[in-house]
Amino acid sequence: MSDALWRPTAPLDNLRCRASLLADIRRFFSEREVLEVEVPVLSRRATSDPHIESISAECSGDKAYLATSPEFGLKRLIAGGFGDCYYLGKAFRNGEAGGRHNPEFTMLEWYRHGWDDHRLMIEVGELLSRLLKITRVCSYSYRALFLQMLGLDPHRATFAELKACVSEKLELSFEPAGRDECLDLLMSHYIEPRMSSGITLLYDFPASQAALARVEKDEQGVPVARRFEAYVGGMELANGYWELTDAAEQLRRFEADQRYRQENDKAVRPFEDRLVEALIAGMPDCAGVALGVDRLVMLACKAERIEQVIAFPIDRA
Amino acid sequence: MASYSTNEFKGGLKVMLDGDPCSIVENEFVKPGKGQAFNRVKLRNLKTGRVWERTFRSGESLESADVMDRDMEYLYNDGEFYHFMEPETFEQHQADATTVGDAAKWLKEQDVCVVTLYNGSPLAVTPPNHVILEITDTDPGVRGDTAQGGTKPATLVTGAVVKVPLFLEIGETIKVDTRTAEYLGRAKED
Repeated sequence: MSDALWRPTAPLDNLRCRASLLADIRRFFSEREVLEVEVPVLSRRATSDPHIESISAECSGDKAYLATSPEFGLKRLIAGGFGDCYYLGKAFRNGEAGGRHNPEFTMLEWYRHGWDDHRLMIEVGELLSRLLKITRVCSYSYRALFLQMLGLDPHRATFAELKACVSEKLELSFEPAGRDECLDLLMSHYIEPRMSSGITLLYDFPASQAALARVEKDEQGVPVARRFEAYVGGMELANGYWELTDAAEQLRRFEADQRYRQENDKAVRPFEDRLVEALIAGMPDCAGVALGVDRLVMLACKAERIEQVIAFPIDRA
Repeated sequence: MASYSTNEFKGGLKVMLDGDPCSIVENEFVKPGKGQAFNRVKLRNLKTGRVWERTFRSGESLESADVMDRDMEYLYNDGEFYHFMEPETFEQHQADATTVGDAAKWLKEQDVCVVTLYNGSPLAVTPPNHVILEITDTDPGVRGDTAQGGTKPATLVTGAVVKVPLFLEIGETIKVDTRTAEYLGRAKED
């Protein structure tokens, strides 16, 4: 490419659209009395999430990490009794680059004291409708959407049944290693591209994909993660939880993540033990959600690729 | 042999897949927020021309394919093989009808085309985008009826059949786009 690499990749109109969306987001939360806060982007602790990689840095001679999300800081504020708050700023994930990913990206994350996932999901729908001027909002349980699109119950189907479904729909270069990999493949390659152009809210995820959400029994008695996702036109935009407040369970999940990392030759980094301490001290019931702002801008200005809404993506950063 | 990881996949990269040389058409990084990362890749099989869509786990790698495109002059067809020559080195290569495929109907002696070599042997032949060829057969021109803008088939010296305007006659030379088999105009007399 002969393109001058000093040049921004995003047109001015898209950066104007970004600026006005950021202002609209801040107005939305100010009207609802949710406090904007800043939390560390540079931290001594890293994520333990098996599928998310922190970027390492060095600070005063010691290892530090760029935050993959503001969740730990925000939850410590909630535990400190600071009430409803949000972060609107940068987060970093190593190796994530493509049409919808840049390793450095803008994230909006907020927490609601005393709310559960369903109440917060409604607020996510309200925010998205207002920002994107979309009125059509549909919500489904993870099971209902799988049943509708694939005729398969994602909680009860066996690994063999899921594998058969994957191999019927997709061509892979590998054998899926487990149920969750099959579900991820079906969701990202088959279901998402077939979602409507409106807002889709999806809740009650498989318990094995709970991350930091509570696990509770659904109306069929199956344990499900009280976690939700929001999509617009098949693009994943937000992920929210009815937050786990049980310190012992949180510690077990961090340790399980670290074990998985060790067994799968992934880097094992110091996990967020201060969140466990905060949970021991006591965190009130709350729900929290993180939303990818760059993708929101993509939708608002109908951009096909993320570099059209970021002035200097990683190749030019 | 070198290998490439999914994060190095980009359009035009030549790799081996299922034993066949392929050219990467498109590589999309797909990652559910809380799930595993995949790369959804479109590859063109250079032997068959078929486009495959394949999903890889991010971080998987493929061996590079020893494939390169060379400009070569088409020399002649001996009845079985088509012969090509590299203009700089005068090195000659022969390709059978299967390898030349559809390109055969556009090949005129001394024209320069692109020969794709795989492990040193021709794998595919791409004719020039525009060729100038003589009409060897067509119905007689219908004068006075040209305002209707009709077309008729014309057979060219290389065997290709293209649609041409009604006024063209046997013996005229025309310019054709080989990608669409579209008539572009009468060739200018030098």
